[in-house]
Amino acid sequence: MFTGEQVAALFAELGVTHVVTVPDSTIGKWGDAIERTEGLRLVRVCREGEAWAVAAGLYFGGARPIVLIQCTGLFESGDSLRNVIHDWKLPIFSVIGYRSFLNQDTLPGDTCLVFTEPLLDAWKIEYKLITTEAQAGEIRDHYRACNAGGRAGAALIAEGKA
Amino acid sequence: MSGESERTMPLRDAMEILREHRAAGDVMITSMGSAREWIAMSGGAMDPLDFVFVPSSMGQAPSLALGVALAQPGRRVFACNGDGSTLMNLGALVTISAECPPNLVLIILDNGVYEVTGAQPTPGSASGRPDQRGVDFAEIARACGWLSVYRFNELDDWRECAAEAISSAGPVLIVLEVAPIPGAVGPKSPGPTIGRAQSFREALSSPK
Repeated sequence: MFTGEQVAALFAELGVTHVVTVPDSTIGKWGDAIERTEGLRLVRVCREGEAWAVAAGLYFGGARPIVLIQCTGLFESGDSLRNVIHDWKLPIFSVIGYRSFLNQDTLPGDTCLVFTEPLLDAWKIEYKLITTEAQAGEIRDHYRACNAGGRAGAALIAEGKA
Repeated sequence: MSGESERTMPLRDAMEILREHRAAGDVMITSMGSAREWIAMSGGAMDPLDFVFVPSSMGQAPSLALGVALAQPGRRVFACNGDGSTLMNLGALVTISAECPPNLVLIILDNGVYEVTGAQPTPGSASGRPDQRGVDFAEIARACGWLSVYRFNELDDWRECAAEAISSAGPVLIVLEVAPIPGAVGPKSPGPTIGRAQSFREALSSPK
């Protein structure tokens, strides 16, 4: 849906300094553009739970991190996300790839479609579902609203084939 | 793998040496047993750059420290982590070596057990393994590409070499084989998280 250049430009416009990530076949394609963008640093972690803690440390240190992961990584993130967002109340924003939302050819009946949104609700993360390129402005607005309110939030990016 | 020698180094003494080498402006992140000891050692007068990571997500202290170190490259950042916690987030050793922050010092306090839950052996400890050989975190760190790696099992050795180890090219990983404390309990949060988070962020925003 989005090119890496579009996403990197959006992150830079929002003042993001670090993108803490584990790639998937969609969001992973954005990495090169993010790395080429002045002011943005890509931090690759081994598992998504790490991403939240790294982002927390960056936030404490005065940076403006974003977590960029797939929804399966959201599932993996549980306790770390809980600790950062709810125990410590840190306003970490995430961009989450929503596997198979647009196309289930590779994984018919992908249970990511069953669990992703209920899990975001369970973790009390205010999210915006982004299904078309025309909604880029909604990511921008949601990020700014969450930032101004000092709360965590997420943009849930619909993806095609796994 | 590590041949398991009897652990005799007292945790409190090991951490006192660390405290002696912590300079003004350094960040100190503690978790689990190290947090309990740091709170007690501080006697209620903690430095604004002390971050007692309680409550935590177990194993995430090194990752939190990495974030601070990347955001604040002009500060030295210490993180204290147990061996059980390290096992829970072992990939962090790879992530940190990939980012290679020169200002990060990770202390692994290896007592071989999950101390605060009743001293059950970890899967990495000699007593928890059929070959009776414990996992060697120092060797793992070397294999991950950490620039400076040390391992001490005697308090006097740690005391003698601490300054050199801590000031080595970072990231630095120091394994301290410490004695488990029978009956030890987990740390109590020293205060509301929101206030402590704000204070820590403010302290980090001041010039070093």
